[in-house]
Amino acid sequence: MVESVIERITRGHFWDFHGGIHPPEQKMLTASKPIKQLALPKQLIIPLQQHIGREGDLLVKIGDKVLKGQALTLSTNPMVVPIHAPTSGTISAIQMSVIAHPSGLSQLCVFLDVDGADTWRKKTVCADIEQLSNSEIIEKIADAGIAGMGGAGFPTHIKVNSKPDINFLIINGAECEPYITADDLLMMEQSNAIVDGIKILDKLLTPAFILIAIEDNKPKAIKALQQASAAIEKIKVCVVPTKYPAGGEKQLIQILTGQEVPSGRLPIHTGIVMQNIATCFAINDAVRHDIPLIRRVVTVTGQALNKPQNVWALLGTPINFLLQQCAVQAIENEQQPVIMGGPMMGFSVSSELVPIVKTSNCILVPSKTEMPSAFEKESKEVECIRCGQCSDVCPSQLLPQELQWSAKAKDYPQLEKLNLSDCIDCGACAYVCPSQIPLVHYYRIAKAEIRQQQQLDLKAEKAKTRFEARKLRLEKEKTARQEKQKKAAAARKAAMNKATPEATDAKSAVAAALARVKAKKAAKSQSSTAEAQNNLAQSNELATEATNPIDEQKTQVAAAIARAKAKRILKQEAANKPISSNEPVKQTVTELLEVSQPPSNDDKKVKIAAAIAKAKAKKLSKAADAVQSVYRPESTEAEKTVTLTDKKAKIAAAVAKAKAKKKTKEARNLAGTVKNNDQDSG
Amino acid sequence: MAFWIASSPHNHNQTKTPNLMRLVIYATLPGILAQWYFFGWGNLIHIGIAMITALVCEFTVLSLRKKPIAHELLDGSALLTALLLGICLPALAPWWISVIGTIFAIVIVKQLYGGLGHNPFNPAMAGYVMLLVSFPLQMTLWQPPLSLVAVDLNFTNTLTTILTGFTVEGYSVEQVRNTLDGITMATPLDTLKTNINQGLTVLESLNNPVFGDNFALGWEWINAGFLLGGLFLIFKKAIAWQTPVSFLISLFICSFIGYSMSPDSSASTMFHWFSGATMLGAFFILTDPVTGATSTKGRIIVGLLAGLLVYLIRTAGGYPDGIAFAILLCNMSAPLIDQYTRPRTYGHLKGDK
Amino acid sequence: MNILLAILVLGSIAAIFGALLGYASIRFKVDADPIVEQLDALLPQTQCGQCGYPGCKPYAQAVADGEAINKCAPGGEDTIKKIADLMGVEVQPLDESHVQGDTTASNRPKVAFIIEEDCIGCTKCIQACPVDAIIGAAKQMHTIIIDECTGCDLCVAPCPVDCIEMRELPDTIHNWQWDLTSIPVKQLD
Repeated sequence: MVESVIERITRGHFWDFHGGIHPPEQKMLTASKPIKQLALPKQLIIPLQQHIGREGDLLVKIGDKVLKGQALTLSTNPMVVPIHAPTSGTISAIQMSVIAHPSGLSQLCVFLDVDGADTWRKKTVCADIEQLSNSEIIEKIADAGIAGMGGAGFPTHIKVNSKPDINFLIINGAECEPYITADDLLMMEQSNAIVDGIKILDKLLTPAFILIAIEDNKPKAIKALQQASAAIEKIKVCVVPTKYPAGGEKQLIQILTGQEVPSGRLPIHTGIVMQNIATCFAINDAVRHDIPLIRRVVTVTGQALNKPQNVWALLGTPINFLLQQCAVQAIENEQQPVIMGGPMMGFSVSSELVPIVKTSNCILVPSKTEMPSAFEKESKEVECIRCGQCSDVCPSQLLPQELQWSAKAKDYPQLEKLNLSDCIDCGACAYVCPSQIPLVHYYRIAKAEIRQQQQLDLKAEKAKTRFEARKLRLEKEKTARQEKQKKAAAARKAAMNKATPEATDAKSAVAAALARVKAKKAAKSQSSTAEAQNNLAQSNELATEATNPIDEQKTQVAAAIARAKAKRILKQEAANKPISSNEPVKQTVTELLEVSQPPSNDDKKVKIAAAIAKAKAKKLSKAADAVQSVYRPESTEAEKTVTLTDKKAKIAAAVAKAKAKKKTKEARNLAGTVKNNDQDSG
Repeated sequence: MAFWIASSPHNHNQTKTPNLMRLVIYATLPGILAQWYFFGWGNLIHIGIAMITALVCEFTVLSLRKKPIAHELLDGSALLTALLLGICLPALAPWWISVIGTIFAIVIVKQLYGGLGHNPFNPAMAGYVMLLVSFPLQMTLWQPPLSLVAVDLNFTNTLTTILTGFTVEGYSVEQVRNTLDGITMATPLDTLKTNINQGLTVLESLNNPVFGDNFALGWEWINAGFLLGGLFLIFKKAIAWQTPVSFLISLFICSFIGYSMSPDSSASTMFHWFSGATMLGAFFILTDPVTGATSTKGRIIVGLLAGLLVYLIRTAGGYPDGIAFAILLCNMSAPLIDQYTRPRTYGHLKGDK
Repeated sequence: MNILLAILVLGSIAAIFGALLGYASIRFKVDADPIVEQLDALLPQTQCGQCGYPGCKPYAQAVADGEAINKCAPGGEDTIKKIADLMGVEVQPLDESHVQGDTTASNRPKVAFIIEEDCIGCTKCIQACPVDAIIGAAKQMHTIIIDECTGCDLCVAPCPVDCIEMRELPDTIHNWQWDLTSIPVKQLD
């Protein structure tokens, strides 16, 4: 089978994929100019995560001086790709900053103030890669922080560390997106380095054949690579017809091999590995020259620029620097889209500080005449007339018009039935839609919601099992407790039933114990009622206690009850006469405050009591306010009044807070009843 | 300069639905011209009346539905519906026929179902069928080709006939429809059907002047005009080629089978192709994307089904021409056909959709 | 005689069809999921108890027994719609009396957050949490396992010092839903 594919390819015959479009290429804006070396920007903003996966652990801190190529993060997990300092300088900040993502959200970035010296760290150049073992090479690739540079940013070291029987290694140089010429220029200028990189991949993966796919609109690149790879039998340069999206992974595989990647699986499952041209170049740099991934070719293009061209941009370069270098025209009173990536699949950026990352291959600044639809303020969407042009161009053979209806209706099961997950977001459907429906946008929202729903379902499932487990545990604990009690009771009974003198002794002992417990309980309940009745009262008592410590508890309790009663009456009044109620309440408050002033004693207890009282008083006035206006459930006032640093005081504060909470609740209930009464009477 | 946020793709090929509609309207010109040449002003007047009615109806309903009026009124879809209905009507039918037909088509068939893109039936054909069923007399007021008409049917005469039922000279519609020989004329399809029912052979019926030298006097050129317009639309990729091609092939096969089984009582294949509204239906009505099938396979199936139905209605049904009925039946089955002809998605096996 | 014949014929037809239907109902019996399981699957599993039942499963059981379908506040309208579909009843608006907390707040998912300096280690919230998403011990500071918290609100009320609040989960690039209109746009000079 592999041979028949190769036979076809050598004859120049390829398969075709369904659909596809031919948008204006506009590659001539930049294709004829060499890649420009830029001066160093003043500051680089390097996001910690520039690939699919997770952020690494930071190795540097603010103020550190770093050398060019020095690692900034550490990879602790295969899905983590480290980042490196693109030039020498000082770390000035490590903070959230807007990253290259359509959402315009921020992520943790390292801010590097460039010192201009561009000093390298120590490099160990490898003269002969044949001496390196595969695992050493893979380690070098992983340490160099290489992630797929075509767009997705999948960690390369995982992709090259796979099972042995690979039929095809496909090097993707199709570059089907309009405007972008970064890979084209790289192939023209660095064909030997790219082929060296391919040789390293060959050593790692040992594929049966290596196919370099280039669209037929890049004759110079084709020639350069054919010359560079002429000596190697295994490598075939495949000139594929220009059609968007021929550079899509699945589409390119279909063009070259006629095979389809089964839905939901990776190309590796069909014995195919695909790498991007720029990735091959980076692999060569990393393995041979010990240069980590710190720069890439970026096409800065669009007719709003006076000097569009390809540049070598350090990772982390803010796009405003690139735009200045390419002489962006000022457009008066106009909102200018700045697109990262191509016109079909790129995203518009929200800030001029968005940095170049490992996956950014193009900055597109179109003029209004060349891309009017990018400037449209409102969607010009009209009703779908089911013309079917979208399904004619869909490379995945989906039915965009039906997907669109289901996406608008949020009919997710139907969307899954229509294989929304196989949509590659290429935008061909939206490009041709005569009703100008932003189809891809609808799909993206639907996809995000489906993903979120799946996560929620998973979470619900987890919550359910946890709930069930908890219920089971509680049940078990309860039965265990009952069991224990039963056992103890049985033991007691057994002991009592024994008619021996010891037993009678035990009986009387038990009776005595019971009596003691009862007495204790009674005492406790007395004191606790006192406490529960009202804390204010207690504080007052405590104050009096300080002066007159011999007072009996009983009188205290009585006093407390009396006070509580008085207060309740006051409060009721306050609640019933919401407007005029302030007076008495305030009066009470001041009274209480007075009382809470410790007369002479500096006793700790009194202090605490005072704090409690203060909090209480505040609360009370607040409750009165709350009756009049809006209920505020929480208060930090009580907390503020208590400034004692003592631990006890803290506890007291907590108690006060709890009480305060209770009070507010009561007040609220009271207000509620008042309201109800009002309603009843009204 | 401020940034502007949008979702990809940022580029668009700048096609618009109104442009598409306009293109279809232009493509009907050769057919309309032929119609005017052979049958005079009647249909043009009906087209005019229908278009005005359509715009008024569309405006009224859109404002009732609180929709953006300027945008949707001028998208050309209502005009196209009116145009197709006007082409189909008998040239001498009274003016209120096109008014009622258009109101029904626009208000009930199109807007009540949700407007452009939501109507399950082709509005023009539904309007035509409604008229055919409700006003059988007026809807058979077919006018013979001008060369066979005794009365001079200039613009004024046609206009007054449509508006009042009488020409300026006072001839009634019935009198106008009489040929030089004093025979009331019907369409070729109608004539053939009547004759065959009366026991005449096809050959004998073809002597009737209404058939002309080839298949049907005038009608053949009208159909040729629509064929030309249709090919232009296919060339411009405004319509899918699958539907008309499969429809014509299907009609050809059906009529060929019929003709070879009993040549005496069946019309020839080319007669079926070039008479009645065959070409108009094939290129302009069956291809209406809103009411048709969307998948390639589905379009072919709809075309085949329509061809079969047209043939069956023309030969076995009660009406002389069956395009309108066949198309409505196809509209009905289109969603079902779409359901079963979904293409296999990339990366999926044939069985699991 | 004729009447007898008619009765006989009709009767035998009735008997045959009756037997046929009876056989079919046994032979082709559909073993559907018990309705309670299906209902439970639709509920959001926050176990919040706002419906008045101790958990989602008991409410599912209650709905199956004829309880109103509009008592699940966290599930909201979507859940009510799904339950209505399943039970074949009319969709009802959410019963406001079963909504606790601030209903005017946004619909974003929330999780509980313990203000740790205020926590006194009373373990009351731990006892209230239906999914064991709070870690802590007596007199030790407690904390919430964000990934396990269902945002049910049940721990907020028992806290004696009000140190638990419900906080919205922040927007990240992982849960962002392509809401382009909310992106702040910066000026570029």
